[in-house]
Amino acid sequence: MQYAVLGGFCVAAMAPLLYRWFGARTAGVMALLPAAIAAWLMAQWPTIAGGGTLWREWAWVPGLDITLTFMIDGLAWLFAMLITVIGTLVLIYSGEYLHGHRDLPRFLVVITAFMMSMLGLVLADNLVALFVFWELTSITSYLLIGFNHTDPVARKSAQQGLFVTVGGGLALLAGFVMLALAGESWSLAELTERGEQLKAHALYAPLLVCVLLGAFTKSAQFPFHFWLPNAMAAPTPVSAYLHSATMVKAGIYLLARLHPALGGTEAWVVTLSLVGALTMASGAFLAIQHTNIKKLLAYSTVMALGTLTMLLGIGTETALAAFVVFLLGHSLYKGALFMVAGILDHETGTKEVTAMGGLRHAMPRTALVTVVAALSLAGLPPLVGFIGKESMLESLLAAEHHRAVILPMAFFAAFLTLAVAAIVAIRPFFGGWRETPRTPHEPPGGMLAGPALLAALSLLFGLAPGLLDSLVGVTVAGIGAPQAEVHLALWHGLNLPLVLSLASLVLGALVFRRWDRLRSWLARLEPLMARGPEAGYEASMRGLTRVAEWQTRFLQNGYIRNYLVMTLLVLLGLVGHALLMRQTPNLTFALDLYLHEALVAGLMVAGAVAACVMRSRLAAVAAVGVMGYSIALTFVLFSAPDLAITQLLVETLTVILLVLVLFRLPRFATLSTPIERLRDLVVAGLSGGLITLLMLAVLSGDRLPRISDYMVANSQPLGHGHNIVNVILVDFRALDTLGEMFVLALAAIGVYAMLRFHAEEYEARNASRIWRGDNG
Amino acid sequence: MEPLMAVTIGILFAAAIYMMLRRSIVKLVVGLILLSNAANLLIFATAGMLRGAPPLVPQGLSAPANMVADPLPQALVLTAIVIAFGVLSFAVVLVRRAWEIVRADDLDKMKDTDT
Repeated sequence: MQYAVLGGFCVAAMAPLLYRWFGARTAGVMALLPAAIAAWLMAQWPTIAGGGTLWREWAWVPGLDITLTFMIDGLAWLFAMLITVIGTLVLIYSGEYLHGHRDLPRFLVVITAFMMSMLGLVLADNLVALFVFWELTSITSYLLIGFNHTDPVARKSAQQGLFVTVGGGLALLAGFVMLALAGESWSLAELTERGEQLKAHALYAPLLVCVLLGAFTKSAQFPFHFWLPNAMAAPTPVSAYLHSATMVKAGIYLLARLHPALGGTEAWVVTLSLVGALTMASGAFLAIQHTNIKKLLAYSTVMALGTLTMLLGIGTETALAAFVVFLLGHSLYKGALFMVAGILDHETGTKEVTAMGGLRHAMPRTALVTVVAALSLAGLPPLVGFIGKESMLESLLAAEHHRAVILPMAFFAAFLTLAVAAIVAIRPFFGGWRETPRTPHEPPGGMLAGPALLAALSLLFGLAPGLLDSLVGVTVAGIGAPQAEVHLALWHGLNLPLVLSLASLVLGALVFRRWDRLRSWLARLEPLMARGPEAGYEASMRGLTRVAEWQTRFLQNGYIRNYLVMTLLVLLGLVGHALLMRQTPNLTFALDLYLHEALVAGLMVAGAVAACVMRSRLAAVAAVGVMGYSIALTFVLFSAPDLAITQLLVETLTVILLVLVLFRLPRFATLSTPIERLRDLVVAGLSGGLITLLMLAVLSGDRLPRISDYMVANSQPLGHGHNIVNVILVDFRALDTLGEMFVLALAAIGVYAMLRFHAEEYEARNASRIWRGDNG
Repeated sequence: MEPLMAVTIGILFAAAIYMMLRRSIVKLVVGLILLSNAANLLIFATAGMLRGAPPLVPQGLSAPANMVADPLPQALVLTAIVIAFGVLSFAVVLVRRAWEIVRADDLDKMKDTDT
């Protein structure tokens, strides 16, 4: 299985090559990959249906306990099946939709990579592996949404989707680390068995917040829902794939997967059911304000995602069964409807449902497919959407928390969704004929095959829900209700859910009839909508840019002394803090010293201070010389004859060099204000003081054994030299000396080059270059 | 002697940093000289300062008879003195080139890459 997924990435990378071989048929060829995986999955069904779990172990980073182990249980099987089957159809569809598009190979690379990331996400057992695939889906979906990268709207939407989902991804990473700490395992299978331990752990609340943030941003839950409709800037096959079975379901998958580990607590139940209900209601409410068919469908996806989250929050057996049926139903009809939206766009040249009408004459087969899928969206019998909605309402009626809030919201969403379904199916295809930018025809078979198959499946599962019993059973068993007995049926008798369904049918029909008037009335709410979560996102992005500008101006200002001051202050803070925390400096010393030594030290200080205050360059150089010679004297006095000789030589050369080179330069001018000088003096004084304290700390500490004892003992026997310093330089540490010679040689070459290349030549060359009109 | 040296070195460092914060490039170079000297002295003094015990092996012996000054910091400082001189001569010539082209001793007038 790992080979299939990793090999899939390789196939993705090969798409441009395949395109050279197969041309326009490449998409169809590449569709063989998900089709083959789907066939393999189907062959595993008997094991899964028997309640078994397939394991494919692969140590990835054994040292860090990171494995690429894949686990296929009911839940993973369901998701993998949706990903591969809808993936196959989408690939075939996109081959037609993007026929002749110059960037088709790039599209195939990214969408296949996305498919494999998604597959890895739902199959991974290790938290780290899951997170890696999670982020891969964010990145690949960013590339897919921004596929039309010449369109600024697409770029902006892609960026928005990326920021929201990757921001949530960061929270998720933190959540996963806490999860692994609390559960003492990185394996999802083990974590799901340690639910009690996790829920009792002190980290439960923070880890729940982080994990939920990750899942909610990915699955576009309120208030992060705004990125999803904007992501409709993507080509339609992408929308069909990302928003029916994959990307946005990743968060739902994670919540379902972690339900046994984290679910059932009051925090979980209340957060999920309320956030889900709010998302559901606002998605449905926002949907009917739009006339763009993709936006209509996108907001109804938001509604569906909210419903799924809410059902996980309720978490009873019926709710979980409803969750699985709803999930499956939604993937089928939403995939079909998005593909139909693409067909309409492709054939008529518009996405506005108000601009279309009477298309059933031109495209009867498309109309049929649309009506079937829309019936499922509306939740009408005999489609699978009806079973999903009925069981959802049934579980809501039995919900323990906040039923009074959730139930009206669900009813509200139900009749608005029904109106959306009616708009999508009836407006374009029925009523009077309307002229569209292009003359519509029935689409090519490759485009209609996908939606037709998905719609047929919706109908099949609706008519024979018994087919789903075992699938729903094992899935529900995997997400927290092991003893569940699931029997789906189309007809439950005349009960309260059915009554609610009938009522929503009436209200939905009413909304559909009055849709145009309702929209103009809702348009008045526009100013209120402009203050929604998206405005918050925009404001925070603007704030981010402003802070970045400010801190760049403040920190990267181009003045070397400001960098220096900043570096020194940080150093002072950190080192000073560490020093004062660790030990109190011992300031009582037995001063063992002779007068001449003190005089030499005084001379040194006098030279350094004089070098700072002298107005003439020559005097400053002389003061530096005085300091240098005093240092040489110190070396003489304290047993370092070699150092003293070197220092004398170098100091003499330095003074000569400085005098020769700087002689012609003018006197120092006063360039800084007194306040600046005072600031610099304070910084310099503090730094000097810190060095003194550090040195005193070193002196008062215990002396470690000298590492040079070996050199002292072996200088004569091994190095045959009596001057130990000398032997160290040319023998024990000869490589250092070699490096030093290189540095000196480089410096000498640099000096030579600069002295040879005179300024007059530079100007002359510059002038001739300008004259030739060549500014480079 | 070491405590006195600690104070002396602190003052040298302070002087060096003060000079490196000036706008004049020549002062920056002077600061560089002060800094390298202060650093050398720091390494030398921290290793302990012994009077009249140079790290030499007397003729006829295979190792010094008494305690001698630590030779390793001396070797390191010796390398550092020479390298500092190399860096300094490069810097000084660079300053001179800059002066020839920009005709200014002010770092703030060198913010353009085109001059």
